[in-house]
Amino acid sequence: MTWRVHVRILPRAGLLDPQGQAVEHALSALHFPEASNVHVGKAIALDVAAASAADAEARVRTMCDKLLANPVTEDYEIAVDAGGRP
Amino acid sequence: MMRVAVVRFPGSNCEPEACRAVERAGGEAFYVWHRDTSLGGADAVILPGGFSYGDYLRSGAIARMSPVMDAIRAHAAMGAPVLGICNGFQILCEAGLLPGALVRNAGLKYLSRPVDVQVERTATPFTSHYEPGEGIRIPVGHGEGRFVGPEALLDQLEAEGRVVLRYAGRAGHDIPGNPNGSARDIAAICSATGNVVGMMPHPERLAESILGSDAGHRVFTSLASHLIAEPQGA
Repeated sequence: MTWRVHVRILPRAGLLDPQGQAVEHALSALHFPEASNVHVGKAIALDVAAASAADAEARVRTMCDKLLANPVTEDYEIAVDAGGRP
Repeated sequence: MMRVAVVRFPGSNCEPEACRAVERAGGEAFYVWHRDTSLGGADAVILPGGFSYGDYLRSGAIARMSPVMDAIRAHAAMGAPVLGICNGFQILCEAGLLPGALVRNAGLKYLSRPVDVQVERTATPFTSHYEPGEGIRIPVGHGEGRFVGPEALLDQLEAEGRVVLRYAGRAGHDIPGNPNGSARDIAAICSATGNVVGMMPHPERLAESILGSDAGHRVFTSLASHLIAEPQGA
């Protein structure tokens, strides 16, 4: 089975995120005062061949720890699309 | 005569400057391609600045996978000198040869300017010809030079004397202190054993007086003296 996996990577909570701050200021300037706590990260999407969604997630977690995210500065979340393709 | 390998990655820069700085310190410098698996018997290795692999994913994240990194790891494990300058520092952090990480400058701007730094540790292969506490002015050129790490790591680096250079603005000068928001004003650190050094400033860019200053020259003469005192069996 092939699973579509989405990885969402954000700066580690508490770490100064100047990009997030700059975007927050820009939103404020555009009169979106309701926006706060803005953070800028990155999204990675990939197909993963695995027997189950749980296996796919476990493999991607290892990929994150080894390459996709920096354990010192970034947090990540993994979402696997429902229904793998044969 | 010291023999120094300067590693080239796709997107490296200042590697000719690094070679010239080594040669001006009386050494022989040669390039090693990032796909090579040997350092060619070098006594020391320099990872230059630049934007290896276009800084894709994170600065240094892809470069650390290069085949040459295994040779560099082995070289470092022998206690032999390794210097990462700018992108080289980022690569050494991504490779786990130095702790912490380098992230986007606090001011978001790419900085290309001189900075004032203070030499905090002279007991490394690259800083022994400076005086402890000496202030030098050398260039930086980076967008991701903000050194960060957990508080416990920062405390450990301080306690073990592993901060090699610290940004230090001087009273009466127009150059501000910490240019990028680095934790504890850190501009350079070394490994626990001291032989692996990473620095954001570029000493090779200011290593001869015809350029107005040779403040970086002693990084390379320090290395030459170190290798005479402690020859490497590479």
